[in-house]
Amino acid sequence: MMDREVGKASSQAEQDPMERMSRAMLRARVLEDKLASLYRAGRIVGGVYLGRGQEGLSAAGGVALRKGDVLAPLIRDMAGRLGFGEPLVDAVRAYLGSKLGPMKGRDGNIHRGDLSRGILPMISHLGAMVSATAGVLLAKRMKKEKGFVGLTSAGDGATSTGSFHEGLNVAAVEKLPLVVVVADNGYAYSTPNDRQFACTDLLDRAKGYGVEGHGVDGTDPEACWEVVGRAVQRAREGAGPQLVVGRLLRLCGHGEHDDGLYIDKKMKSSDRGRDCMEVLRDQMKARGLGQNWDRWEKEAQEEVEGAVKKVAEEPLPDPFEEDWRATAMVGAAEAVQKG
Amino acid sequence: MSVTYLDAIRAAQEKALQNDPSVFIYGQDVGKFGGAFKATKNLAEKFPGRVIDSPISEDAMVGLAVGAAMEGMRPVVEMQFADFSTVGLNQMLNHAATTYWRTGKPCPMVLRLPSGGTPGSGPFHSQSMEAIYAHYPGLVVMTPATVEDAYSMLLEAIAMPDPVVFCEHKLLYYHLKAKSLPAEAVPAFKAHVARPGRDVTCVAYSAMVHEALAAAEELAGEGYEAEVVDLRTVKPLDTDTILASVARTGRLLAVGESWPWGGVSAEVVSRVASEGFELLDAPPRRLNAKDTPIPYHPNLWSAHRPTAVRIAEALREVLRY
Ligand SMILES: Cc1ncc(C[n+]2csc(CCOP(=O)(O)OP(=O)(O)O)c2C)c(N)n1
Ligand SMILES: [Mg+2]
Repeated sequence: MMDREVGKASSQAEQDPMERMSRAMLRARVLEDKLASLYRAGRIVGGVYLGRGQEGLSAAGGVALRKGDVLAPLIRDMAGRLGFGEPLVDAVRAYLGSKLGPMKGRDGNIHRGDLSRGILPMISHLGAMVSATAGVLLAKRMKKEKGFVGLTSAGDGATSTGSFHEGLNVAAVEKLPLVVVVADNGYAYSTPNDRQFACTDLLDRAKGYGVEGHGVDGTDPEACWEVVGRAVQRAREGAGPQLVVGRLLRLCGHGEHDDGLYIDKKMKSSDRGRDCMEVLRDQMKARGLGQNWDRWEKEAQEEVEGAVKKVAEEPLPDPFEEDWRATAMVGAAEAVQKG
Repeated sequence: MSVTYLDAIRAAQEKALQNDPSVFIYGQDVGKFGGAFKATKNLAEKFPGRVIDSPISEDAMVGLAVGAAMEGMRPVVEMQFADFSTVGLNQMLNHAATTYWRTGKPCPMVLRLPSGGTPGSGPFHSQSMEAIYAHYPGLVVMTPATVEDAYSMLLEAIAMPDPVVFCEHKLLYYHLKAKSLPAEAVPAFKAHVARPGRDVTCVAYSAMVHEALAAAEELAGEGYEAEVVDLRTVKPLDTDTILASVARTGRLLAVGESWPWGGVSAEVVSRVASEGFELLDAPPRRLNAKDTPIPYHPNLWSAHRPTAVRIAEALREVLRY
């Protein structure tokens, strides 16, 4: 089983980034297909939100980061998480509620994170992670760390929140090395772009914030790698916050409870509705790596099956053993428990 | 020489900046200007790069502090007025307050709230927000009433591993004075008997402690000894000290400057009623502000909030039962 740890980033960096993209995307797709079937089988506690069709844009961010960087993923970022080095088994643990998971059953699914690996556990409130990521970066700068980058993502809908605006603005004021990747998939749940904002292109907003903007076809993984990779590089070089807007579609419902029938059929059959996995497979074949692709896919399947099997035997959270204290206070803990 | 409540808050921040390189201050106009109330006066010059002006973005101010705290810093965020912290509520209630529970990692930060009414401040520069924050698990909420507590409790708040909401009362900023800063401190989570008495317990916090003390003085002239308990910290609530006082007096009035629906005074009455019912010789009572927005004109404002006169009246009623 290949747990790709953040700590192995230096050896990873020598790998072809498109190979790392391919592996992260394949592992994400295979895992999410598995999660969808576990959801239908009633084996998952809570909702399942997938990144189907958005793996390329997401993976590019994760792969472009390295140890010491920080990732604040959102709901469609399985590929980015795996590309950055989140252990796949931890993702499975979060969905199946294993006590050994990073959130120990106190929180689950997409809300998982691991601060020791530089992965912030998202809160649900859209836009909130932008300023929090900026805060991590400000702290790193105050601690005199060098060469670090933070990356967070958002949907087209999340860009309408005050929180998103405040966060990007403050990052720009502080000239922080923050990359914000907006996955414009045309819809926020069922709400289309024209009910979400009145500008023609979200990328135009970069100018208003005083940050560099980058547009990309989110269905083209090679282009995603190039553009997101460049944005991360610019942030690392000290060029301040970077706004990336990738256009694509989500090729699934908002969550697995939703059939997504409101998505415009014409849009679906256009280039915007291409499946980035197929595009990437062709791109890899064109490089003469078709056989590797098949092998990586098989390895991903084995890894996912192995992880699900392993986690199914792990302990679940126990209310009698749980430490029901919401504050960290040592000494005064008892007083706090009394509330 | 004497120190004001505001001097104490400034001095505590200076000491924290001196002692701990992970402390920094973030807020609107806190840098060179020294803050709207001058609570950070001269600190930016003394600690370059660590007293930082923020944009008018309360959500991002708190969000940024959460991220910095996760990364090992100890941010102290100044809200210009407690009332504007509503715009940052989401980051405080859903992000700061849930971090330790969700991740097992601490989120040490302080949110300073210039709170409470002053004459002429009106509906949006007068609020007391402690009840809203105290309702959410994961936060500590402090409401110091004295110069000594403003100093020692703020130092303790900054040193704590948890997010602390520090409610400073604006009415006390300039007028409340002590001879010097305290050398020793009562732990922040202990309530304090501010005036002993045998006949009735008056539980108060923040500026209301002083109104309660004045009311107790008035009653003393009538032969009643009211005991005033200063909560100091409202979350966690020191129920033991409250119950011990009611055990002595058998009667309770809980006073709060904020609104009557729910809140700290309701929590105090509820705990005494359920955990100390047999100690009571009279129904426990509450006194709060009126259930309207906080008025602008001093004539209205002084009738809106509990004052020494109204507290004394309420105490007499509890005593008469
Ligand atoms: C502040 C806030 N309001 C509402 C929601 C509920 N919600 C969750 S996802 C979502 C749609 C998000 O759309 P978008 O940002 O475009 O991301 P996408 O789902 O398309 O990836 C909504 C409304 C939320 N999580 N946070
Ligand atoms: Mg969307």
